[in-house]
Amino acid sequence: MAPAPASTTSPITLHINDEKHHLSVDHRTTLLDALRERLDLTGTKKGCDQGQCGACTVLLDRRRVVSCLTLAVAAEGREITTIEGIADGDDLHPVQQAFLDLDGYQCGYCTPGQICSAIAVIEEHAAGWPSAVTDDVRPETPPLPLTPDEIRERMSGNLCRCGAYVSIVQAVARGAEAHEEARTAAVEEAAA
Amino acid sequence: MREFDYRRAHDVTGAVALLAADPEARFLGGGTNLVDLMKAGVERPGRLVDVRELPLDRIEPTADGGLRIGATVTNSDLAAHPEVRRRYPALTQAVLAGASGQLRNMATIGGNLLQRTRCGYFSDVSSPCNKRVPGSGCPAMAGEHHNHAVLGASDHCVATHPSDMGVPLTAFDAQVAYESPDGPGEVPLTDLYLPVGDTPHRETTLPPGALITHIGLPAAPVAARSRYRKVRERASFAFAIGSVAAALDIEDGRVREARLALGAVASRPWRARAAESVLTGAPATGATFAAAADAELAAARPLPDNGYKVTLMRNLVVSVLTELAEGDLR
Repeated sequence: MAPAPASTTSPITLHINDEKHHLSVDHRTTLLDALRERLDLTGTKKGCDQGQCGACTVLLDRRRVVSCLTLAVAAEGREITTIEGIADGDDLHPVQQAFLDLDGYQCGYCTPGQICSAIAVIEEHAAGWPSAVTDDVRPETPPLPLTPDEIRERMSGNLCRCGAYVSIVQAVARGAEAHEEARTAAVEEAAA
Repeated sequence: MREFDYRRAHDVTGAVALLAADPEARFLGGGTNLVDLMKAGVERPGRLVDVRELPLDRIEPTADGGLRIGATVTNSDLAAHPEVRRRYPALTQAVLAGASGQLRNMATIGGNLLQRTRCGYFSDVSSPCNKRVPGSGCPAMAGEHHNHAVLGASDHCVATHPSDMGVPLTAFDAQVAYESPDGPGEVPLTDLYLPVGDTPHRETTLPPGALITHIGLPAAPVAARSRYRKVRERASFAFAIGSVAAALDIEDGRVREARLALGAVASRPWRARAAESVLTGAPATGATFAAAADAELAAARPLPDNGYKVTLMRNLVVSVLTELAEGDLR
C-alpha cells in the first residue's frame, strides 16, 4: 500500500453528547475551537488556552481533560461530553443543581469547566483514586472521605478569578453526597 | 502555528516508520506539553504521529517482581494502579503531585520523561536560548533563574527537568525500553539524559526516531517504604522548586539500603548516589541524614538567585529521611 500523501486537513466525525458531527478540520484546530467555532457548542469556555485554567474542561471517554490542548483530529473516535450534555433533558445533573443552590460561582465563566471537572472528581474519588493530599496512598487503606482539603486539591486545575472557591467546594461536596445517595438507591433497587 | 500532517499509528513498527518518513515529524502522546509548545512556536513539526492508540497502555507485573509499564499509560492510571501504590508509593505520590487532574488524564508516561523544560526563556521564541537555538546564549544566567538548576548545569544552560514522576523512577532504577528504526533497545533512566555541557539542545541518548515503548521497574522491596515530597510556590498545580524521592530500609538502627533522588535541581531527575553511599551501613540518625545531604550537595553550583535551593534541598532530604526512619509512611 502506498503511503497516503501528506495533508493538513482531515474529514472527521466527533461523537459529542451522544450525537455524531461530521466536519473537516485543519489539523491545528483544538477540540475547544471545534466545539465553539464550528459546532456552536459555546458552553465550553476559552480561558488561558494553554492548559492552566480549566475553563475548557470537557469529558473524553468520561474522563476530564482540557479541550484547549486536545487536537480535534485526535479526539475522533472518542466519546466527548460537554456541559451541554450533562443534564438529563430539563433535569439538571446533581452537580449542576448543587452549584445553583449554593452559589458556586460569581460571573459564571469558569462554571462549565468547574462542573465538568467536579463530576469527574466525584467519579475518581468513588473509584478509590488517591490525591496529593491523601495521607496513605497504599491500596489497602480504607476509602477516605471527600473532605474540603481533598476537594480543593482535586479541583486545583480549575481557576475561578472571582474567587468563589468557598461555595465551589461546598457545591462539589453536595454533588458528591447526591452521587452517593443515587448510587445507594440504585444498589437497593437492584437488591429489591 | 505551522500546518502539519496528522497520522494515527496502530502498531509500534508503523509508528516508528511514520516518524522516520518525515524528518520534521514528532510523536504525539497526550499533547499536554507538545501542543502547548506548538502554540508558542517553540515546536514546529511538519507531521504528528499520534501514538495514543498503540497497544502500550498496560501495567503488567514481571516475573522478577517488578512492573512493566506501557509508554501510553496515562499519569492518572499509573498513580491509581494498586501495584504501584503498594510497591512504589513514592511514584504514586510524585505523579499526583504534578499538574492537574485534567492534565494527568491526558499525559502519558513516555511523554513525561521527554517533556521539555519550563524555563521561561526556552518557551519564549523572542529570547535567545541555547537549548532552542544552539549558540544563541542563555539569558537565565544573568536573568530570571530563581528556579533553575544548582547541580550538573553549565555556562550554556541552567534549565531544569520539570518531571515529578521521573524522580522516584530514577531512585527505583527504572529502565527505558524503546523501538527505533534500527530495532529495539533499552537504557537505564539514569543514562537517558545527556550531560548539559555545551550542547543543551541535545537532551537524550535515545537514537534518532526512537519511540519509548515501556518503562521497566525492577523489584525493589525497599520502595514499599518510600515517599515523595515536593516543595512549590503554591499548594497545588505548580512545578517544584525542589523535591525528594526517598526509600529507606533500616535494620537494627542502621541503614541497610537507601534510595534517594532529587527533582527540580538539574537538567534531569537527579539520582543522589553520593548521599546513598553515606547512608548505606550508617546509623539511621539525623546526623547521618545531614551528612548524606551535604555529600550530595557539595557539588552544587548555585547562581545569585537560586542559592536558597541548596539549603532547601538539604532540609528536605533530612526531613523526608527522618520521617521514613520514624515510620511515617505518608
